[in-house]
Amino acid sequence: MAAGATYEPIATTTLVSNQASVTFSSISASYTDIILVANLGSTTTPSICLQFNSDTGNNYSMTNLYGNGSSAASSRQSNISQMNFNFLDPGTTIVSTMLFNIMNYSNATTYKSVLGRFSNAGTGAQATIGLWRSTAAINTIKVMLDSTGPLLLSGSTFTLYGISAA
Amino acid sequence: MPILGIIASQISGHLAPIPPYLAYESIATTTLGSATASVTFSSFSGYTHLQLRIFARTNRAATRDAIKLRLNSDSGTNYAQHLLYGDGASAVGEGFPNEPEMALNSVSAASASASMFGAIIVDILNYANTNKTTTVRSFGGNDGNGNGKINNQSNLWNNTAAVTSLYLEPYAGTTFNQYSSFALYGIK
Repeated sequence: MAAGATYEPIATTTLVSNQASVTFSSISASYTDIILVANLGSTTTPSICLQFNSDTGNNYSMTNLYGNGSSAASSRQSNISQMNFNFLDPGTTIVSTMLFNIMNYSNATTYKSVLGRFSNAGTGAQATIGLWRSTAAINTIKVMLDSTGPLLLSGSTFTLYGISAA
Repeated sequence: MPILGIIASQISGHLAPIPPYLAYESIATTTLGSATASVTFSSFSGYTHLQLRIFARTNRAATRDAIKLRLNSDSGTNYAQHLLYGDGASAVGEGFPNEPEMALNSVSAASASASMFGAIIVDILNYANTNKTTTVRSFGGNDGNGNGKINNQSNLWNNTAAVTSLYLEPYAGTTFNQYSSFALYGIK
């Protein structure tokens, strides 16, 4: 039998000025999966990155699939300091969407896997499986750009949802 | 032209949005306390769609494995699938007709470093509709810091019966590892 309704909004932010990053902190461990949804742009064209629990070590890796309107390709990044969605930039207007499923984020036994989709309506679409090699429960998620200087655009929205398994 | 949408909403009195957390319900979850050969869900009703969220690893002697999904215990060659995947080197499209199961890609396996698990999100659309065959969308992958695969799939069960059970087992391995988790949700 069903255990009840879930997929709850946890927090949402709409930027009222250009910002270098957005951080969700003190995330409750009471859910099973976390979903991060964003609609964003940036002042120039760097790529979007995620970091967990302020970990800046080379503990992240990714396998990517992307298409740009004329071809499809796949790539990999290993031993990097952030999940870097570097095959598509967010665009200089708010034309990009991203949806990341952060699976079993509060599990303190396994590494963390992230299933993500990122798209820029003007340039292409990307699907990614990311790995954070840590068994720590995720309590902080930082969305940022991969270089200093560019900023996330005012009006960009970021919402965090939680799903609780029965 | 936008008036059409307004008129339609005025005609029907039940178009007020349902908050997502009221339309999406947790049905059942299995988290393995030890290595297990298969997982079955067989009690669900009252929804429009199902979503299965998998976080798993198998004992296959490789860095990754897939997961077999059979509906209503049907092991006949009544399944088909198309997939687009990336393995870090190239993007590949494949199709497999007349299969005895859906092969959901991909999860970590025994040659991957310890603690690495893959993830798959499976949407079983209009599962109770008996006027059409059942289509299943899956999005999943595993990353092993130097190996991995990301997969986007469409899957078909060529049967019009309502889906009443879901059966999962490793595709090439024999057991799912401890801590593998299978969570079933219903969407109204």
